[in-house]
Amino acid sequence: MKFRAKLVDVGCLNHFTRVVNTISKLTKTCTLRLTTDNLFFMLSDKVANGGVSMWCELSQANFFDEFQLEGVSAEANEIYLEFQPENLSRALRTAQNAKSLKIKLTKKHCPCLTLAAELPSLSSVSRVVTHDIPVDVIPRRLWQDLKEPSVPEFDVSHRVQLCRLITEAEVSIYLPPLKTMKNVVDRMKNLSHHLVVEANLSGEMNLKIETDLVSVSTHFKDLGNPSWGDDSSQGPSQDRAAEVMACARVDIKKLQQFLASQQVNPSKAMC
Amino acid sequence: MDCMVTGGNVKVLAKAIHSLSRIGEELYLEPQEDGLALRTVNSSRSAYACFLFAPLFFQKYASGRNPTFRCKMAVKCVQAVFRSLSSLEKTVERCHIELNVEKSRLTFTLHCKHGLLKTHNLSFQDSESLQAVFDKDSCPNILQAQPRLLVDTVLHFPPSLEEVSVSVSGERVWFRNHVEEEAERSRAMLTELCISAEEFEQFAVSAPTRITFCLKEMRGLLMFAESSGLPVSLYFDEPGRPVVLSLTDSVLEVNFVLATLSEESHPQNHDNTNTDRRAQPPPPPDDFMNDDMDFLIAMETTELAAGGSGCSPPQAQDAGMSQLRTRAASEGEEEEEDGEEEAEDTGRPPNKKFRSLFFGSVLPTSSQATNQTLRSQDVLASDSEDEDPESS
Repeated sequence: MKFRAKLVDVGCLNHFTRVVNTISKLTKTCTLRLTTDNLFFMLSDKVANGGVSMWCELSQANFFDEFQLEGVSAEANEIYLEFQPENLSRALRTAQNAKSLKIKLTKKHCPCLTLAAELPSLSSVSRVVTHDIPVDVIPRRLWQDLKEPSVPEFDVSHRVQLCRLITEAEVSIYLPPLKTMKNVVDRMKNLSHHLVVEANLSGEMNLKIETDLVSVSTHFKDLGNPSWGDDSSQGPSQDRAAEVMACARVDIKKLQQFLASQQVNPSKAMC
Repeated sequence: MDCMVTGGNVKVLAKAIHSLSRIGEELYLEPQEDGLALRTVNSSRSAYACFLFAPLFFQKYASGRNPTFRCKMAVKCVQAVFRSLSSLEKTVERCHIELNVEKSRLTFTLHCKHGLLKTHNLSFQDSESLQAVFDKDSCPNILQAQPRLLVDTVLHFPPSLEEVSVSVSGERVWFRNHVEEEAERSRAMLTELCISAEEFEQFAVSAPTRITFCLKEMRGLLMFAESSGLPVSLYFDEPGRPVVLSLTDSVLEVNFVLATLSEESHPQNHDNTNTDRRAQPPPPPDDFMNDDMDFLIAMETTELAAGGSGCSPPQAQDAGMSQLRTRAASEGEEEEEDGEEEAEDTGRPPNKKFRSLFFGSVLPTSSQATNQTLRSQDVLASDSEDEDPESS
């Protein structure tokens, strides 16, 4: 099992760092799945309690100049690791002006993801900062628990899909600017524990809270609805009248945590 | 005692006090012939700091009729006088420090713009002189760098990191976070920064060495150093002997003396190889830069049908990272003492592995100090009577 990658572009490093920062704000532990073409950051528990489940896919070619992987075996040419994204975030933070960044799977006192950044220096010899992040290798027999959720391919330019609230996909809608949504939810958080998200196929979305004393709702219009590539998943929604709202009640703190964690500016965010 | 600080030096004085507050809780003030000394020591006596301001630093400096005036006061009280650094810079024109003998107060008067006068009368306790015994010139290893280099270095470590290990060879220096507990070791993230000797203004290393000391205290010095722009020198010897961080210019001398962790003595290992291994920091793979090193993960966690993914032996653990203890190897010129009991009294577990520094005079107030004096191997200063800690 071997993994080695190298990243030299500052923009890519920056973007990668922001993705990792987002993840580190969402969860303490995370699974990293490495394949020859992609990196996946996954979190797949706590869904039953209304927690956040996450699946993030990055195409390695968009970030790395060199990427070599030898998986667990020839037919299972992948590696699954469990790690603390906070460590990775911290390691990347001080390497933002690195000339190059190398990531390797190593074995030190335990299996580690070792990052080595070459930093600019006052002399001809670069400074090198090395971080060894302890990881757990996830055995193959547990891989099926971590399958990617079955959602259709999205036709988006950035292949970074950061979060899905698990509901039945009766309606899907593009979200308003996340910053706006965050501001709204931040204010609602103080008034109620739960929030109702409503959306319809006419591109309208409402965020509502209701308590004994007060009810507040914020309305968004003209958001647009994504068209799903896969016909079969459109079954239920085809029968749906455009104005009928689908709604979901969520824990407002979790929603706020998700919105607060966003460090990447997505070109599209969908619900 | 009577002195006047003007202009930009007020801020320098203020920064010095803030820097001292990072080390200890009491500020020892001693006007000497060669200048005003501000000193402090931490509760486990493993860190000492001294700022010596020469007479030329002041617009006016009089050490006073009473040549043996020495006092200490709570550093927080003095910090309160110089509270907001940014407004200090903008509004304070002069700072007058004067000993008021009749009232037993040390008066700090800030002369600000628009005729505003802020007067602080601080009470103090008479005390003995606080002097750590150290000798920079006998240290075989000296590194000197612009403060920016060191500030950039410590940025790579989290603010919560207690201890840092510094290893030197002839051409390089490595800064690593030090992980003490076995349990933590398996889960802790290890960070290492390697810097070439070329980046230092002075790099004199007699033999490859590794020392470990408290990073928090070094940050206290770097805070001051960065604003002063003066190069920082590190003087050190073998593990166990204190490291001295020092800054000097024509009117100011700053010394921070920090205890370092000592290595456990290995009575069996007398052969050269082992000594070398212990003294020598493990050289990091130079060819990491050229990408030749490759590590295979041992497959303990997966049992696969193939089972053929070979295991390679795990990378040898750092031979040099031996467990550190506070066994005092008593020698004639032992400068440090076992600070273990003391540390338990003060309840600061991370410092209990550091030996406390030896101080040349008796510090009267605590019984711990008495114990320390009794246990000392050498008397480097004559005994003095305990001063009455109560001021009149």
